[in-house]
Amino acid sequence: MKRIISLLVLNKPGVLNRITNLFSKRNYNIESISVGLSEQEGMSRITCVIYVESDQQSEQITKQLNKQIDILKVTDITNQAVVARELALIKVQSNPHSRNEIYSLIEPFRASVIDVSKDSLVIQITGESEKIEAFLELIKPYGIKEIARTGTTAFPRGTQRQSQQKHNFSIV
Amino acid sequence: MVREAALTEEVKTKLETITGADLLMDALERENVEVVFGYPGGAVLPIYDKIYDAKFLHVLPRHEQGGIHAAEGYARISGKPGVVIATSGPGATNIVTGLADAMMDSLPIVAFTGQVATSVIGSDAFQEADILGITTPITKYNFQIRQLEDIPRVIKEAFYIAKTGRPGPVLIDIPKDIASTITERPEEVEMELPGYQPTLKPNRLQIRKLSDAIGAAQKPVILAGAGILHSKGANELLQYVEKTKIPVVHTLLGLGGFPSDHPLFIGMAGMHGCYTANMALSQCDLLINIGARFDDRLTGNLEHFAPNAKVAHIDIDPAEIGKNVPTVIPVVADAKAALLALLQEECNEPAHSEWMETLKQWSVAHPFHYDKASPKLKPQRVMELLYENTKGEAIVTTDVGQHQMWAAQYYRFKHADRWVTSGGLGTMGFGLPSSIGAQIADPDSCVLAIVGDAGFQMSTQELAVIQEMNLPIKIAIFNNQSLGMVRQWQEFFYESRFSHSKIPVQPDFVKLAEAYDIKGYTITTEEEAERVLAEVLHTREPVLLDFRVDADENVFPMIAPGKGIHEMVGVKE
Repeated sequence: MKRIISLLVLNKPGVLNRITNLFSKRNYNIESISVGLSEQEGMSRITCVIYVESDQQSEQITKQLNKQIDILKVTDITNQAVVARELALIKVQSNPHSRNEIYSLIEPFRASVIDVSKDSLVIQITGESEKIEAFLELIKPYGIKEIARTGTTAFPRGTQRQSQQKHNFSIV
Repeated sequence: MVREAALTEEVKTKLETITGADLLMDALERENVEVVFGYPGGAVLPIYDKIYDAKFLHVLPRHEQGGIHAAEGYARISGKPGVVIATSGPGATNIVTGLADAMMDSLPIVAFTGQVATSVIGSDAFQEADILGITTPITKYNFQIRQLEDIPRVIKEAFYIAKTGRPGPVLIDIPKDIASTITERPEEVEMELPGYQPTLKPNRLQIRKLSDAIGAAQKPVILAGAGILHSKGANELLQYVEKTKIPVVHTLLGLGGFPSDHPLFIGMAGMHGCYTANMALSQCDLLINIGARFDDRLTGNLEHFAPNAKVAHIDIDPAEIGKNVPTVIPVVADAKAALLALLQEECNEPAHSEWMETLKQWSVAHPFHYDKASPKLKPQRVMELLYENTKGEAIVTTDVGQHQMWAAQYYRFKHADRWVTSGGLGTMGFGLPSSIGAQIADPDSCVLAIVGDAGFQMSTQELAVIQEMNLPIKIAIFNNQSLGMVRQWQEFFYESRFSHSKIPVQPDFVKLAEAYDIKGYTITTEEEAERVLAEVLHTREPVLLDFRVDADENVFPMIAPGKGIHEMVGVKE
């Protein structure tokens, strides 16, 4: 089961090391971790996507993270209405024949081409992870040369709905 | 006139050159540190130059690991943080085992390590080790001083973190150049720990729920762990138990939290706990855990642990609640604060006379037992003699293994903070050095260092400290010429293939003691044991006792790995 955990941490040397250390010490499985500055000075926001086997395990992770002295706030936002986005850069093989076809695939996904060379294209796509997966699936037959993904970053939407829907974020 | 005064003031400030090491000394004084266990070396030379004039006692162990174990013993007995200093590189890595040990058993330690100069950090300089990286998973927190002016604040934070909440070890890494840089004395020091606010006071509603559950229970039991001792709540536990008449079971580390001669004390539970305590946990309908963490050596197979019980768990660390055992009534609080709140709450005494009767019958029918008719010197008998000769009042430190379990079974502690043992990490070589710290914390008490012949040889060098300081520690070696517990497991689970668990070639421990100018006795019979113990236990000098105990003796009862807590073997029928 996938959980998204959002952390507000002090922006100090070694904080990320403490968190990854905790994950490896407790044998938790991280899918992605993304770090960046937050709106508050001296603090960073970290978004972790992890795989857990049970609710009990995800509660343990939250509690262990809360114990960390450099972590100010831990929120498991999996069941909230969230905006979750990931960015991927994909280098695809292309030739004059296939280029148009690839462009036609890019359009509905609102991805963009940010570099073109004789035999390849670099595509930039943002969205939730499932959307990126779907796009990769489509583009695979053309020959993917390289992929770089940022991992999910997320936070709760301004308005939380009463009913919890599974997919309460748009595809774009 | 005024101008002159100002001038003298200026001159004074100039004359008073303060370095990073001075800031460290100031901070230690502010924290009322009485004793430091430290070992000098290149990177801590600027600090040691200041220690030359320090007011606190400095104890020089003969190995850094001995130093940190001594600090653990000191912390356990005094309740104050144990302070350790080690140099960079090997000095720092030598305290790693002690840090992990203190982390597992929640002991407050503040360890200072030297580090190579900031200009060469990361260059694989001489005696450089990434001690922050190494110790992150085994400390409550660690710091590296990067700016001179941070020293006072960091040290204040380190002591605060080590001793508050769930106590634990904190490490401060100080690069050599920072310790020797000249600076000014700072003014007031403020801590900056926005992410650290341990919960101490219990939630009233949860306390109410727990009280109601007690009133409704028919087979209640209290499992009291070391949280009782860390919170200094032994008196409150006694009051609460006398009010509610709920029987008490201890964990290994909790021993002494409740007087073992009290009629409501059942005994220690766990892998080598007594029959009644384990059966009480197994069959109770209400299990109130106060300050224990449901360690696997206590619970056995979790599937069979307390299957019919409603579990209440009081712990200062929220992450411990629900970690191993599903909990119905969680209470996040300091054990003493929770007991005080419980004492204020009205509560009906549970209707548990039948349960008490069952427990009593079990206790009478299935006590600890050994072959009393054997002509060999039985380790359990030696433990009984140690108990009788010290009236259960001594401080006992142990290593890890069979002797540790026998000490826990047969030394019946009457008071809190008399028991120093490595529970969570199970560190061999812990007993002797920790006795040094324990004796320093309580110079007037009789301290027994109960060790095995193997564990003793992991820290024999600390005999030098005992001799040098003339600490009246009584070292009792339970000498079975083997790694007893390993041998026991090989006998049970590996068809008696005693792979490297027998050590017949040993030094003459009495001669070894004599080499350190410490009196030693070899004891081979019960009569000898009785005579020597009566003679030496009350002296004010160190003594080493080499008890040649039955090498084939095993610890019973025992819960085999993977078995439930009720599936004990070796119970007296």
